[in-house]
Amino acid sequence: MKKMTGAQIILECLEREGVKHIFGYPGGAVIDLYDELTRRPNLKHFLVRHEQAAVHAADGYARASSKVGVALVTSGPGATNTVTGIASAYMDSIPIVVFTGQVPTALIGNDAFQEVDIVGITRPCTKHNYLVTDINKLAYTIHEAFHIARSGRPGPVLVDLPKNIQQASIVPKFPEEIKIKSYNPTYHANPRQVRRALDLILQAKQPLLYTGGGIVLSDAGEELRKFAEALQIPVTSTLMGLGGFDGTNPLWMGMLGMHGTYRANMAVSHCDVLIAVGARFDDRVTGKLEEFAPHAKIIHIDIDPSSISKNVVVDIPIVGDCRDALKQLNNLLLDKPARDWANLREPWLDTIANWEKEHPLSYTWSDTVIKPQFVVEKLWELTQGEAFITTEVGQNQMWAAQFYKFKKPRRLMTSGGLGAMGYGFPAAMGVQVAQPDAIVIDIAGDGSILMNIQELVTVVENNLPVKIAILNNTYLGMVRQWQQLLYDKRYSATSLAAQPDFVKVAEAFGAVGLRATKPEEVEPVIREAINTPRPVVMDFRVEPEECVMPMVPAGKAMHEMLLA
Amino acid sequence: MEPRHTISVWVENIPGVLSRVTGLFSGRGFNIESLCVAETMDPEVSRITLVSTGDEQITEQIIKQLHKLINVIKVVDLSEMDHVEREMALVRVKAEDKSRAEVLRIADIFRCRVVDVSAATYTLEITGNHEKIRAVLDLLKVHGILEEVRTGTLAIQRAKKE
Repeated sequence: MKKMTGAQIILECLEREGVKHIFGYPGGAVIDLYDELTRRPNLKHFLVRHEQAAVHAADGYARASSKVGVALVTSGPGATNTVTGIASAYMDSIPIVVFTGQVPTALIGNDAFQEVDIVGITRPCTKHNYLVTDINKLAYTIHEAFHIARSGRPGPVLVDLPKNIQQASIVPKFPEEIKIKSYNPTYHANPRQVRRALDLILQAKQPLLYTGGGIVLSDAGEELRKFAEALQIPVTSTLMGLGGFDGTNPLWMGMLGMHGTYRANMAVSHCDVLIAVGARFDDRVTGKLEEFAPHAKIIHIDIDPSSISKNVVVDIPIVGDCRDALKQLNNLLLDKPARDWANLREPWLDTIANWEKEHPLSYTWSDTVIKPQFVVEKLWELTQGEAFITTEVGQNQMWAAQFYKFKKPRRLMTSGGLGAMGYGFPAAMGVQVAQPDAIVIDIAGDGSILMNIQELVTVVENNLPVKIAILNNTYLGMVRQWQQLLYDKRYSATSLAAQPDFVKVAEAFGAVGLRATKPEEVEPVIREAINTPRPVVMDFRVEPEECVMPMVPAGKAMHEMLLA
Repeated sequence: MEPRHTISVWVENIPGVLSRVTGLFSGRGFNIESLCVAETMDPEVSRITLVSTGDEQITEQIIKQLHKLINVIKVVDLSEMDHVEREMALVRVKAEDKSRAEVLRIADIFRCRVVDVSAATYTLEITGNHEKIRAVLDLLKVHGILEEVRTGTLAIQRAKKE
């Protein structure tokens, strides 16, 4: 083999990892990589207009494609701009690899121009990170980075690449195998624990499945459906788990937690066995910890041992891949004597149905003002629930979660853990790259959308026909909702009355802008957007003071919901 | 007081690993009472001995979170097994007139070594477990401690006796 430069080795590694798309932004410390990119026609690069967007796009791409997303940025500010994207991917366990340029090794520590210790900065928000100081270790490091990003509990990995490493040359060796003595995730769940869990589940009168992002990440949806249907166990899920179970299945309870459905939160409060699968008992789900699932024995399946008994002490911990564990449960069931579960479960399912009758998820219809929930319902209806939906953060995110009934996994991309405003649009860009023929819609707010609005150029330039549905209520709606309900309506810094004309903004960037101000305009606008093969911004002027309901105020117990 | 746990952590001996470990403690609000690090016989591996306080659930989290770090090879909670702990302190004590003999006597009783002498001071090397070191320092305090420097705790599991 002949000599290659570091830049050549890096791009060769990417191709060997199966990378086809890169989201990035050039700069002095990665100019050699960008130069080499001109000779790699198989690597398609998307020039974002802010590095944060590159990482969110890689994140959306990873979720929609089940592959590792890749972002490439320069040193210093290029690197620091990626931090929010990395932290979001870390909280949501999304496999991405972020490459940052770095000043030459001889200058590291000298406060050189555009130097920042990005490995130090991102240590607490990456699954792992590297500073490559020896070109002989370059190829192996990149291979290991991809391996760590996608295996076990996935997550973001950052590789910092000093300029002189990119410029140096060696005869490279490309590793095939990975051996990390200190990293060996457990995929296979302990069969004895699984048997114990099943015994407990079979004795339960009021069991409940509480599922999370782990279902989606491990592609366990089908095993989950089989198990839930076989034993007629109702299913609720976290925001991250939506789509892991068909939102139109009769056993579906809707999301639980702070803005969960009444029946889901009541079911948690009354169940006798709670089966947590790939979820992590986040505070937005549990509310007041001491009163979470007070009557339940808890089974917790998760690939990350540190998620187990972190917030809630569990009775039967099972470390392993969610799909593996559910598959074992399903297999064990085959050997159990058949019982009429539909009949046995009737009292519990009836109780739940009554809760649903008492307080269904709903909103008050208006003939004159557009209700934001109505927009989401229409989006669902007109896309037959098949669209890829990304969200921003706040009310838009919660209404999307409540009213878009996700049928399939990997259809919802949202910054669940970090709650990063500005996530949805660039993520939608990444989704559209991964799924070029799909309808991709960013459900946005008028606040969030401005955080990465510059990416309109990117989608126009690359013909990515992403649709943005702005639920424009002229407020930072979620914070205003808290002020409205909990702070005597003192709207401190939440009015967005001063705002751009979003239709003109779209047009200025070369996209299509549409507006709906009355309920009857909603459907035509959505239809036109869907039928326009270009990026479209839909400005829905919605009821300004609508609240997301139900709501469990922070720190309260699940059964202490505020209802509409 | 919350129980003390002495935890041994084997890590890859590469730059930045210590920072990952300490960053984990500060980021998650765990306590570190003391910390010792050095290379092992295998130069690619370092061993960290750290002492932390916390209830059972916190200690379990500490161990799990340490395991989660890619560069961490092995974690053992020595408090759960029969083990020996040692710390070392170097102490410069005032030693003039009458107290000169008394300081030496204390040093002798606790098997300390005199590692430096001046006309007005002795510098003692004390080794022992946490409690012994505290006991010696308490006794020396009345004579006047001018300077003290201490290591963290080192710990090793006792060999199986059969």
